[in-house]
Amino acid sequence: MAVDAHPGTARPSDAIVDVLIIGAGASGAAVAWSLADTRMKILCLEQGDWIRPTDFPSNGRDWEARRYADFDISPNRRARDTDYPVNDDNSLMKIANFNGVGGGTVLYTAHYPRMHPSDFRVRSLDGVADDWPIDYWTLEPYFAENDRMTGVAGLAGDPAYPPHQPTLPAVPLGRTGTLYARAANKLGWHWWPSDIAVATSEVDGRAKCINLGHCTPGCAQGAKASVDITYWPAALRAGVELRTRCRVREITTDDRGMASGVVYYDANGVERFQPAEMVILAANGIGTPRLLLNSASTRFPNGLANSSGLVGRNLMLHPWPIVSGYVADELDGGRAPITSLWSKQFYETDASRDFVRGYTLQFGRGTGPATEAITSAASGRLPWGRDHHRVYRGLLNHRVAIGVACEDLPEAHNRVTLDPVLKDSHGIPAPRIDYTLSDNTRRMMEHGIASAEEILTAAGAKNLSASRTVLNSPGHLLGTARMGTDPARSVVNEWGRCHDVKNLFIVDGSIWVTSGGVNPTSTIQALALYIADRIKQRLATLFD
Amino acid sequence: MTDDPASDLTPIERRDLRRLAAFMVPASADYGVPGADDAMIFGDIVRSLGRDAGDVRATLALLREAAGGDFADLDEAQAETAAMALLGREGPAIEALGRAVLQCYYRDDRVMRALGLEPRSPFPKGHALDPGDWSLLDAVRGRPRMWRDVDGGTA
Ligand SMILES: Cc1cc2nc3c(=O)[nH]c(=O)nc-3n(C[C@H](O)[C@H](O)[C@H](O)COP(=O)(O)OP(=O)(O)OC[C@H]3O[C@@H](n4cnc5c(N)ncnc54)[C@H](O)[C@@H]3O)c2cc1C
Repeated sequence: MAVDAHPGTARPSDAIVDVLIIGAGASGAAVAWSLADTRMKILCLEQGDWIRPTDFPSNGRDWEARRYADFDISPNRRARDTDYPVNDDNSLMKIANFNGVGGGTVLYTAHYPRMHPSDFRVRSLDGVADDWPIDYWTLEPYFAENDRMTGVAGLAGDPAYPPHQPTLPAVPLGRTGTLYARAANKLGWHWWPSDIAVATSEVDGRAKCINLGHCTPGCAQGAKASVDITYWPAALRAGVELRTRCRVREITTDDRGMASGVVYYDANGVERFQPAEMVILAANGIGTPRLLLNSASTRFPNGLANSSGLVGRNLMLHPWPIVSGYVADELDGGRAPITSLWSKQFYETDASRDFVRGYTLQFGRGTGPATEAITSAASGRLPWGRDHHRVYRGLLNHRVAIGVACEDLPEAHNRVTLDPVLKDSHGIPAPRIDYTLSDNTRRMMEHGIASAEEILTAAGAKNLSASRTVLNSPGHLLGTARMGTDPARSVVNEWGRCHDVKNLFIVDGSIWVTSGGVNPTSTIQALALYIADRIKQRLATLFD
Repeated sequence: MTDDPASDLTPIERRDLRRLAAFMVPASADYGVPGADDAMIFGDIVRSLGRDAGDVRATLALLREAAGGDFADLDEAQAETAAMALLGREGPAIEALGRAVLQCYYRDDRVMRALGLEPRSPFPKGHALDPGDWSLLDAVRGRPRMWRDVDGGTA
C-alpha cells in the first residue's frame, strides 16, 4: 500500500483507486464482480473478517448455543469487535445483520424470492407510497444473471410468480413440507417450492446441501450461497482488492462537492485516508445512512447527499410475525433448511381486504433440540420441574411454524439517525432506530396471523401461538436513501447515483422505494448488477 | 462458545445455581436422563454462561431474595417453592437463565441418546430428508396466473 501524505492532515494516505466500494456484503460483492471487467482499479473496504467454513457453529456440539453468542443475529448481543452497536430500543423490530465478508448473507436464511412486477408500481396500482423509477422487466436479465452466479434451487411454473427458471432442483419437501402441502390443498390455497439460494446439487465447485440444519447461522458445507463463496472469489480472481477489518468513518468531499475518498480505521486501528475517483456505498440500509450522516461537513451540513432530507428516512424492516403449533406426527425438526415452501395466496392487493398490498406465507420446519427447549421454556409452553420431560417429548420434532412476511410501506418517521451517545469501538457515532408499525401493516399482520392459523389448523396443529409484540427480525434493512428521479424526493437517481454528489453511488438495500412482501436479497443484488451495468455504459460521461 | 466466566460466580452462586438447575430439569429414571445438576452438565453450564453471565447472577440474587436467606439452607419443599416462584417470573433475566441451562442440557450425550438423537455436530455427516410427495403439487400446477402483470412483461 503506497502511503502519501494527505494534505492538511497527519493521517497516512493510500494510493488512489478508481472505484472504492464500502461494504463486502450482498450488493458490494455483486457490484465489485460486475465492474471488474472494466479493468478499473477497484478496492472494497469491509469492517469485518472473512469467515472460514470451520468457524461455523455446525462444526461443533455447541452449534445451537452459538446462535445466541458469536453467531447471534443481533449485533448488540453478538458484539464482535467487528460489529457496531445499534440503538434499537425505540423499535418493536430489532436490527439483525452480520458484519464481515458476505455481510448479511453469512447469516441469511437463503430464502431467495424476487420482488413481483406489481411491487414496483405501488402508487399506480394501489394508490400508496411511490412507484419505483425502474420496473421488474428492466431488472429481469439481472435477476437471471444473479441466479446463475448464486445458484438458486426452485421450480419453474409457479402461477403466482413471474416466469423464471431456477438453476437448481427444489429443496426436498421432507415430512414437514408434505404436511403443509396437504393442508394448503385442503384449503385450495396456493403453495409452491420456494426459490432458495442453496446448492441442491453441486454448483461451480460448491458441494451440495447435506442438511446441516437451518441455514441461518452459516453453512459449514458451503452449500448456502453467501457472497463470500459466490461473487467474491470471482471478483478477487478478476483483480478486485478486498481489505478486511477496515472501518470507514466518513466520506470526504473536495471543493467541487465531489467525493474524494474516505477516512477509515485499518486493522491496526490506524486512521487512514483512501482517495478514490468514485465511491460506491454498499453498507446496507442502516450502515449507509449512518455513514452519510457521519459525513456531514460545512458544504453538506445535514449529511452527505442529503439535500432532500431523506437520508435515514423511510426505513422498512418487514414485520414478520411467526405463528407456530405442534402436530401429532413426527416431522423433520431442524434437520434441514428451515424454509422450502411459500404461499402467495395473499400476496397481491385484494380490494375486499381491509389493507392494501400483501404478504407471503413462509412454511418453516421445526428447530434443533436446545432451541426447541429454550424457545418453548421462554414462551411458557415447556414447564420447569417434574413435567418437563413429558411435555418436551411432545414438542421436539413436532413443531410447525409459519413466517408472515409483511410488506411495510415507507413512512418518513421510521428512520435511522445518529445516536447522541452510543459509539462503536472506534468512537464513531452509532445508529439509532425509530420505527413504528402503521395501521395498514397491523391489519395486514392480523390477516396473515389468521391465515397462518387457518392452515396450521388444517394441518392438524394444536397449541398455536403467534407473537405480535416480539416480532421476528428478518434482517431486511431497506429504504433509507431511496431512488427516484426527483432530487427533492429521493437520494439517488434511477441508476443509483446520488443526486447531490455525482461520483457517489449507492447499491445496497437503502435505495429501495417500497419493500414488497418478500425477502430482499435477490432484488438487492439484481439492482446492484443493473447499476454496475449503467455505470459501465456511461463511463465516459459518468459524472456529468 | 467456550467463554469461561466461571470465575465470575462465587462459590455460593455456584452452589445455588446447581440446586436451582436440579429443580429446573430434574433427573428422571422414567426417561433415563440425568438432571441439569449432573456434574458434567453443570460444569458445562458454568463454563458456557458467556453473554448470559450477568443475567444469571441477577436471577441468583433474586432467588436469595425469594428464599428469604440462604437458598442452600432451605429444606427440599421450601427450596422447590422458592425455585418455582423465581422460574414463574417473566423477563429477559429469567429467559437468560433458561437458555444457560437448556443450551447445555440438550447437548449432553446421555440426553441426546435418550431422545433417540445421535450425539454429534451436524457437520460433516448432515441429515437425510424425505423427498416428500411431489404429486401434491398437481393441485396447483396449471392454475391461472395470480401475479399482477404490469409494464407489459408478458404482453
Ligand atoms: C439472520 C438474517 C437472516 C436473513 N435471511 C434472509 C433471507 O432468507 N433472504 C433474504 O433475501 N435476505 C435475508 N436476510 C437479509 C440479507 O442478509 C440482506 O438483505 C443482505 O445481506 C443485504 O445486502 P446489502 O448489500 O444491502 O448489505 P449487507 O449484506 O448487510 O452488507 C453490508 C456490509 O457493509 C459493511 N459495512 C457497513 N458499514 C461499514 C463501514 N462503515 N465500513 C466498512 N464496512 C462497513 C458491513 O460490515 C457488511 O458486511 C437475512 C439477514 C439476516 C441478518
